[in-house]
Amino acid sequence: MALQENRQTLEVTPRNGEKIKKIWKIAGILLFLTLIEFVFAFTMERGMLLYAIFIGLTLVKAGYIMMEFMHLKEEAKILIWSIMLPLIFLIWLVLALMREGSDIFLLRW
Amino acid sequence: MSTTTTSINFSSKRGIWGGGNEPLNASYGKLMMWFFLLSDIFTFAGFLIVYGAIRVSYPPYGGPATDFVGSNEYWPVPEMVFDALPFLHGIHAPLVFVGLMTFILIMSSVTMVLAVEAGHRNDKNDVVKWLLWTLLGGITFLGCQAWEWTHFIHGTDGGTVLTYVNQFSDLVTETVYGANLQVNEYGPSSFAQLFFFITGFHGFHVTIGVALLFIAFYQAAVGVYEQRGHYEMVEKIGLYWHFVDLVWVFVFTFFYLI
Repeated sequence: MALQENRQTLEVTPRNGEKIKKIWKIAGILLFLTLIEFVFAFTMERGMLLYAIFIGLTLVKAGYIMMEFMHLKEEAKILIWSIMLPLIFLIWLVLALMREGSDIFLLRW
Repeated sequence: MSTTTTSINFSSKRGIWGGGNEPLNASYGKLMMWFFLLSDIFTFAGFLIVYGAIRVSYPPYGGPATDFVGSNEYWPVPEMVFDALPFLHGIHAPLVFVGLMTFILIMSSVTMVLAVEAGHRNDKNDVVKWLLWTLLGGITFLGCQAWEWTHFIHGTDGGTVLTYVNQFSDLVTETVYGANLQVNEYGPSSFAQLFFFITGFHGFHVTIGVALLFIAFYQAAVGVYEQRGHYEMVEKIGLYWHFVDLVWVFVFTFFYLI
């Protein structure tokens, strides 16, 4: 009985069409960028330029997902930086292990 | 943003030492989810960076992609390995299936944002509806991955003739079909190993995500969040789900495209 009385009904805010439209717009951008990657994979010569385009588009997509879908953009600045700054270490790890891998290549072949 | 719609911030009543403060203006749960995801980024980055390192330690396939044949001497061309579709045996459809999987996962990410947005508005019906769509997307993705793995493990009709050291330490030359952790018909053994570990670890995350989504869906449907007064749990699980999508964006580029 007491539980019944405690039960509150939350006030429902009506849909904000503009916000929902924006979400679908970003979804469209993400799908469009994936489509571009897909088309480039078959029309362009494999090589550094193509790989650079792929990595660039991937980072753009990652940015949209983190900033818009995960709402990181709306968090406190210091939270944004405490997520983004540690990722700088990854850049070093990529460079170090690519170098290591190409040295293994020279030893192996 | 959520602090304006949720009722968990009591700090103004209790003062700074009274507890209930929210450092960085994010609730405890959301903050911890973000830092968990950061550590998970490092795990996945470790996998993908090792993929890069091992890949450059093998020579790339030299000839035109259309003439590609599997060999453990060079790294395979992914579009020639992942070219099958369910129910369409023998049809060469490079990357179509994995493109479909990417589409499904991005769409389920979109329905997740819509569920979070409905949670901000305390709209129970919309939350339940969009969580159900997200759940459906996640399960479909897992089903696709199960098929992809089965096909990868069983291999093609022809297989590839390889010379390799088998599990008894003998050097053998024989036709290899499909893939396991020791040998595979597509490329060097580390190619299949990395495929199993990277997509497997991602699939494991999706599986956990589906379980979490089901809990959120159930609790939203029976009104647990309505009674609690806020839908923050949907937001936290949403963060995790978007992260799973984020990882797939990278796996798609580095494993399937490059």
